[in-house]
Amino acid sequence: MSKVQIMTGNSAAAAAVMLCDVQVVAAYPITPQSQLAEMMSQYIESGELKAEYVRVEGEHTALTVCISASTVGARVFTATSANGLLYMHEQLHWAAGARLPIVMCCVNRGVGAPWTIFNDQQDSLAQRDTGWIQLYCRNNQEIHDTILQAYRIAESVYVPVMVCYDGFVLSHTMMPVDIPEQEGVREYLPPYKPHTILTPDDPRCLNPVLFPNRRADSEGVLRDGYMEMRYKLEAALEKALGAITEASDTFAKRFGRDHGGLVWGYRTEDAELHLVAMGSLASEATLAADALRARGIRAGVTGIRAFRPFPKAAVRKALQGAKAAVVFEKSISYGNEGALCTEIKGALFGTGIEPAVYNYIAGLGGRDVKARELEAAAGESWDDLSAGRREKNTTWLNCVTE
Amino acid sequence: MPENLFKINSKEYILPGSRACQGCGLSLFYRYALKALRENTIVTLPACCLCVLQGLYPSTPVMVPALNNSFASTAASASGLVAGLRALNKADTTVVAIAGDGATFDMGIQALSGAAERGTDFIYVCYDNEGYMNTGTQRSSATPMGALTTTTPILTKQQPKKDFLKIMEAHNIAYIATASPSYPLDLYDKFVKAKKIRGTRYIHIHVPCPPGWVYPPKDTVKMGRLAVETGLFPLFEIENGKFRFTGRSKTQAERGNRLPVINYLEKQGRFRKMDAEQLSQFQSMVDAKWDEYLRKTEG
Ligand SMILES: Cc1ncc(C[n+]2csc(CCOP(=O)(O)OP(=O)(O)O)c2C)c(N)n1
Ligand code: SF4
Repeated sequence: MSKVQIMTGNSAAAAAVMLCDVQVVAAYPITPQSQLAEMMSQYIESGELKAEYVRVEGEHTALTVCISASTVGARVFTATSANGLLYMHEQLHWAAGARLPIVMCCVNRGVGAPWTIFNDQQDSLAQRDTGWIQLYCRNNQEIHDTILQAYRIAESVYVPVMVCYDGFVLSHTMMPVDIPEQEGVREYLPPYKPHTILTPDDPRCLNPVLFPNRRADSEGVLRDGYMEMRYKLEAALEKALGAITEASDTFAKRFGRDHGGLVWGYRTEDAELHLVAMGSLASEATLAADALRARGIRAGVTGIRAFRPFPKAAVRKALQGAKAAVVFEKSISYGNEGALCTEIKGALFGTGIEPAVYNYIAGLGGRDVKARELEAAAGESWDDLSAGRREKNTTWLNCVTE
Repeated sequence: MPENLFKINSKEYILPGSRACQGCGLSLFYRYALKALRENTIVTLPACCLCVLQGLYPSTPVMVPALNNSFASTAASASGLVAGLRALNKADTTVVAIAGDGATFDMGIQALSGAAERGTDFIYVCYDNEGYMNTGTQRSSATPMGALTTTTPILTKQQPKKDFLKIMEAHNIAYIATASPSYPLDLYDKFVKAKKIRGTRYIHIHVPCPPGWVYPPKDTVKMGRLAVETGLFPLFEIENGKFRFTGRSKTQAERGNRLPVINYLEKQGRFRKMDAEQLSQFQSMVDAKWDEYLRKTEG
């Protein structure tokens, strides 16, 4: 029997990692991830989880430990936030390039300077081109379930997965979470089968210097050049679209909970106005959609769960009947607009599905975002559309810009 | 019982034809180290000349498993290998991290210090060719004072070499040793010994580099010997905090017959800018360090 517990997002994450038979954990504390690092050491020191815990001296090392342990065949876990994630940047590329199915929680936090400990998603969004799969969670149950799914996804396509959830808003907020039984999880997530193991039984040199072009090995067989390897990583991310959907569908069948695979919708069947967002902001948007409906605007929410790979087809399908898509996001690609907005526009361009797209940057550095603020912003966009203003500059929600 | 001249492992773990330069001291050290470490070994390495020696995908001349990693992460990678192998009940495999002086003295010091502080069960080898050779002979903090490098091309390096062995000593680890490929038996014995000890072991290898030091490739063994015979790079071990000279340095300490450093410096183009005053300053530094070691032997 599964059991329901009232727990924080970090506890929900730790409970999921426990269930995944993880063998090596290495993490370095950073607010708001710290509790997760502490809980993992608690589980391992008490013997509840039979795993090695490496108490590293920094995040670059934390991910390196996971990379090497994964290379010898262990299932590994790490977690970080903000500047810790940025400090890992070199190793993020390394993990994806080496095709290691590492799972990491990114407890989203704004990036310094200046310092903030509070939430936005600039940290993980800034790592979007490292080759990692990125999944965004909207509540604590989803955090828990997404970690179970993440290992299944990572180990089916050999690409690392970042499970992102909002610092404090979710990491430190209590909610009921249904924890499944170990046995069921083991069936859902069989033991890790590495594609290559570094072992004296079959000596190999892994990740050596590569030439741009293909080269023959000692048997005369042509092997990949650097570009072929990069292409295969890209192809694996495309394949991950299916793996994410599969992991989600199979999970729903087995455990009775469906968080949506790539994207999810709320009251979207007949929606003309879509609020588009990721993470807890998308949850908040559902309240705004209800309020807009009460005002007679047919509103719904398209929640983005997978940001990498970006689910273009699913986004097109979701926004098919939309007249306006109002994209709210807790990050910015400086000098352009919100990264999610660019992705949405890119997915729709030239398809004939062309709602007006409005962009709002919201809640940076933990500034509270209320449903009524989202409602007002979406309502304002609706008015713009009615007035024929389809193009508008990105708006900074609730920010004094003069 | 240590293996010796008559029992040295005859098996080769490096096939003929690596990509290192002609006369490279690194290949010599690697050959003897692998003979001593034998089969059940995993090597991890960062970007450096060793990475080049390992070969280009899809072929390698090296017969032990090796993991390439990023520049700053050698000891961290070893920590991950050790943890992974423990988790899989394969803890009898020897994990060896091998990095150049740049990846050790400069970028990798944090990860190495972390691993040593945790008492990670592995051998860390710094092969010290006294510069960033893979990127074309730039200055590292291991470059001796007075040496020309491509980033100290006119004025020469102004600061003395970082005393890295002292830093490692401060970590109170299980075993510290220095070795030179010019004295392969001493080197071999130290790797055999290190393999048997548990905890963090640190071995510092002085590796002559013909293009970087500017001398003919045929003189590599001679250059390594001169470094030892002048007392510039003494051979020793520190086991459980106890210091002792080994091999050639031991007999020299007993007999007091060190050669002047000028014998070593004058044979390398990189020191050609040194004047008489700098040479005597250099000799004083070597003397002071040698006396420090002598006092440790007595104490
Ligand atoms: C983060 C990072 N910065 C710079 C480099 C470029 N780089 C590659 S090898 C190297 C120098 C290596 O010097 P050392 O560790 O002394 O080994 P050697 O080449 O002398 O064998 C540098 C600077 C790198 N690979 N990674
Ligand atoms: S540059 Fe020096 S250390 Fe590097 S391979 Fe050549 S000789 Fe060896």
